[in-house]
Amino acid sequence: MRALFILLAFLLAAAGCQTTPEDQAAAASVEDRTKPGAGKPGAQAQPVERPKVAAVDVTSGRKDSASALKDPANILSKRSIYYELDKFDVRDEYRNLVEAHAKYLRENPKTRVLIQGNTDERGSREYNVGLGQRRSDGVKRMLILLGAREDQIESVSLGEEKPQSEGHSETAWSKNRRSDILYSGEF
Amino acid sequence: MRLLFGLVFLVAASQAAAQLSIEITGAGAQRTPIAVVPFSGEAAVGSSLTAIVRADLERSGLFRGLEVPPLSPAPNENTPVSYGEWRSRLADALVLGSVGKHADGRFEVRFRVYDIVKQAPLGAIAYLFTQDNARAAAHRIADFVYEKLTGEKGVFSTQIAYVVKRGSTYELQIADADGERAQYLLRSNEPIISPVWSPEGRRIAYVSFESKKPIVYVHHLSENKRQVVASFKGSNSAPAWAPDGKTIAVVLSVEGGSQIYLLNSDGSGPRRRISNSNSIDTEPRYSTDGKVLYFTSDRGGSPQIYRMSATGGEPQRVTFKGSYNVSPRPSPDGRVLAYVTREAGKFQVALLDLSNQQVQVITDSDRDESPSFAPNGRMILLATVRGGRGVLSAVSSDGRIRQNLPYSGGDVREPAWGPFNE
Repeated sequence: MRALFILLAFLLAAAGCQTTPEDQAAAASVEDRTKPGAGKPGAQAQPVERPKVAAVDVTSGRKDSASALKDPANILSKRSIYYELDKFDVRDEYRNLVEAHAKYLRENPKTRVLIQGNTDERGSREYNVGLGQRRSDGVKRMLILLGAREDQIESVSLGEEKPQSEGHSETAWSKNRRSDILYSGEF
Repeated sequence: MRLLFGLVFLVAASQAAAQLSIEITGAGAQRTPIAVVPFSGEAAVGSSLTAIVRADLERSGLFRGLEVPPLSPAPNENTPVSYGEWRSRLADALVLGSVGKHADGRFEVRFRVYDIVKQAPLGAIAYLFTQDNARAAAHRIADFVYEKLTGEKGVFSTQIAYVVKRGSTYELQIADADGERAQYLLRSNEPIISPVWSPEGRRIAYVSFESKKPIVYVHHLSENKRQVVASFKGSNSAPAWAPDGKTIAVVLSVEGGSQIYLLNSDGSGPRRRISNSNSIDTEPRYSTDGKVLYFTSDRGGSPQIYRMSATGGEPQRVTFKGSYNVSPRPSPDGRVLAYVTREAGKFQVALLDLSNQQVQVITDSDRDESPSFAPNGRMILLATVRGGRGVLSAVSSDGRIRQNLPYSGGDVREPAWGPFNE
């Protein structure tokens, strides 16, 4: 678990470095500071700003952690859990994903999520609403076991009604048997 | 409970460009030949009443309309009938009538039904109607003729509801049983499923996903307003009306899983949980007498149909053959249960005779769903897929007659046949 948090922190940091211009500038200024004779008057101001930005990024500051939800390099931007036919348990390959969202919910206690369970197109629409609910309830239970609060999470089902792929083959169906995690503002 | 006015719904004008049409495929072996002679004076109405009557009767699968050459003078309901002459035209039944216009602009149609084989008049009646209700008048005539000749009530004056998906737009529509005069009740960018008519036919309950989760609404047709009846935390779906029209069974996940609850149909009062399992319990449907609830449950490992007292209690399993039996629909007379069964990957409609447990699969396509009995129990409307598109299909309850209702404007699904008109 701790290893995961370290990994997560690393990912957050790495993501920040790669994508935001401020961090790139800050990284450059680190280089400048360690080199003797690089003390240009204009460069002095930058190291003061840099730790402030980094600190907000790692702790629970709202703006920056929320952007982590959309950052393609951050595991929190991964929102879909896929299932095998007639299966409802979260497969091992999605455990890191669910753990990352549980951690985020722990650290952002005011944040709420909607988990939408989905099925493939075969069978009764209403029974599929039930099957999708079993999937989203499973994700909800796991998030709570990992420390999220019950009142932060609503698990619902869209049944077969909102396929990710419109096809009629197993390739399409495997994309449609899924749970999606949506954060406040996204639903 | 709060009423929502005019949010995303409007009764739209009939859309002539996109409506259901009907192709009869298999027809019953013995159809009664009937001559519906054009009524004298019906040209003044603008639409041919007798053409609609004939089409209605043919759609039942029980009648074959005979071509009648123009007769001179045009006969009416008072013309003496030469049974021998109609027998030689191969008619077993005959309808003669006339249309007159009143000073207030309304039309009056008078007609008489004859049994040519028994050489006897079966009855006559007159209807008053305005020009824009000509189709409704024709359906009433067809109902009268049907009842006189078969002894059962006709369903030509009833309405059907269904959902049309066109691109990413969903519409809940209602139309006459022949697919004409379609109008929409709700248009949404999110799915709509499970429409069901209230017993008196003035309300439709349905599930809308417009709030990114399933919520159950009741739409009041004449006032064109709707009401949220189930919007609990989690999913709210699978509404079913009790025959008293005051209670709705729904499936909620508010306490985890999918369980059946009863609610007042006006949204008032507390919810009453009536199923207690760790499985999925869904698709409740009342028996006509209101005493029994049929539902789908996977408590035994695979989805099967069960029944329990409408007030709750220990369920009994109803279906045993096959590993996937869902969507129970008890027939209006309570003798038969229609449902969807999966066999070798095909989803088809089956009928279970509740008196002797005999099962008969009555469809032969592979993606049939959502069966819905006509209120006289004679036909079952269902959704299927043809040529990659969702279409409605109607099959006689003996499986011998099948009609497809192609729709020009999108995918059609989730049919619900309305009750008899009062």
